[in-house]
Amino acid sequence: MLTFAARRLLGLLLTLVAVSLVVFVVLEVLPGDVAEIILGTEAREDTLAALRRQLGLDRPAPTRYLAWIGGLVTGDLGLSHTYGVPVAGLIAERLAVTAPLALIAFILSGAIAVPLGMFAASRRGGPGDWGVMAFSQAGLAIPNFWFAILLILVFAVWLGWLPAGGFPGWGEGIGPALRALLLPALALALTEAAILSRITRSATLECLGEDYVRTARAKGLDRRAVLRRHVLRNALIPVTTIMGLQFAFLLAGTVIVEQAFTLPGLGRLVVQAIFQRDLIVVKNAVMLLAFMVVLVNLVVDLAYTAIDPRPKAAP
Amino acid sequence: MIGARGFGAGRGGRHVGFAIGAALVGLVVLAALVSFVWTPFPPLAIDIAARLEGPTAAHWLGTDHFGRDTLSMIMLGARNALAVGLAAIFIGMALGVTLGLTAAMRRGLIEDLVMRATDLTFAFPVVLTAVLIAALAGPGGVNAIIAVGIFNIAVFARLARGAALQVLGRPFVLAAQAIGKGPWRIAVGHVLPNIQGVLIVQATVQFAVAILAEAGLSYLGLGVQPPTPSWGRMLNEAQTFMFIAPGQAIFPGLAIALAVLGLNLLGDGLRDLLDPRLRVWRMG
Repeated sequence: MLTFAARRLLGLLLTLVAVSLVVFVVLEVLPGDVAEIILGTEAREDTLAALRRQLGLDRPAPTRYLAWIGGLVTGDLGLSHTYGVPVAGLIAERLAVTAPLALIAFILSGAIAVPLGMFAASRRGGPGDWGVMAFSQAGLAIPNFWFAILLILVFAVWLGWLPAGGFPGWGEGIGPALRALLLPALALALTEAAILSRITRSATLECLGEDYVRTARAKGLDRRAVLRRHVLRNALIPVTTIMGLQFAFLLAGTVIVEQAFTLPGLGRLVVQAIFQRDLIVVKNAVMLLAFMVVLVNLVVDLAYTAIDPRPKAAP
Repeated sequence: MIGARGFGAGRGGRHVGFAIGAALVGLVVLAALVSFVWTPFPPLAIDIAARLEGPTAAHWLGTDHFGRDTLSMIMLGARNALAVGLAAIFIGMALGVTLGLTAAMRRGLIEDLVMRATDLTFAFPVVLTAVLIAALAGPGGVNAIIAVGIFNIAVFARLARGAALQVLGRPFVLAAQAIGKGPWRIAVGHVLPNIQGVLIVQATVQFAVAILAEAGLSYLGLGVQPPTPSWGRMLNEAQTFMFIAPGQAIFPGLAIALAVLGLNLLGDGLRDLLDPRLRVWRMG
């Protein structure tokens, strides 16, 4: 298990180096003059030169890359051009919205999908099964930002139960902050829940056909106990894997959902930074998002090995 | 097998799903084609007097904040969605299948490189790639095509490699080798025809992913720019006026959902017709 974890950790580091190279090349090498992108083509030459010096653009690209990586490790990411504040602080502040949002959506999607999928499998071919699969098809087809708009229409505009958008900040207490995150998390969770309920259903069906289930039934356990004690744990193996892989898309989804609910999160920061041509913010925020994607995939891999010991024996 | 099953469980239900999917996709294609010769109103004609109307006899789906006819704009939006989807699938299949087949035929270093490159691509979900491209090139309609296209290259490369490796061990490939056929003639003449089913099914699914991604990017303002109508941007604009004209925030979303539902059902149905044991991943 330890060598397996060490090997995966090494893989993670290599992937991160590759990811950072892609981000660096796309945002600092390909555009040509970054200072001109930030200030526009009509900027005066001395202003451009000053910004180039401030950003360290007068140094060769490999040096800049290494300096950036050093900054990523020490937390010194430079100043945001638009906000005039350190990028690290800006990102940390926004992460305090995005991370809880993604986490709540993650929990919601599992909490919705696993029971639904198991229910559908236990009612195979019946109306309950059909209903769950129809939900799944609908969830896959409805774009998260449209679902967000529909949620706002129903719960904020018509019923007035929850806020239509914005975020009060954690300083106002956990209650109001969670209320502000509930609809966005639901909008984010729908697609994932749709995918997961399908996976849970087919994984459960597969387990239900196994010998140990027949044995458990034969020794007199009722259906519920078999589902809970024997099927659930085994069915969770593929479900966990997919949940982890989907977490990446969930994180990426925050970019769109935060826009829909005007939440001051990392995703909204990135989109605004693009329009404000604040490439330093874009570079670091995208790197962080990609880092989280890669990290979660590693955690999933390790968790997968903990639930199901088989893969670690493989070469 | 973890192949996720869709509507209903029996094969009868599958045919219904396939028919519904084909009908929905047909409807979107028809709307896009008809929009070239006819729309109920000139789609970009501004009529401030008739702004933010609900559905009426003249404007079946109402009008937006400029008084433009929503149905006409949705028809033009279908053109945009299909164009982005087709282009992204074309890029993904042309390059991805070539890379995947090369990896499977050559093995060794080339295969390793292709696989690691796909790993790297998957570290950037479509939205993130699009954000990078938009930061580089500014907002525009091509962003979505390139972003989904790059992602699709990785999806099809993996899929083609995996499927090709399975086919390569089969006797007819050995027979072709025995009579002296070269690797490329075997790849094109024997492997490709045997993996086209799984490629076509995945293409349907990725088409749906492309439509969703394009809509999402346009919603963020990073996709096609005004005045070209796009379903995603229509929703973005409608959100501002949601309190006065909720209908405007419903119809473009319905168009996206029906197009995607149609493609997904079509993909599920095709999968069952071609090979029910196929595993299809939805990636994006």
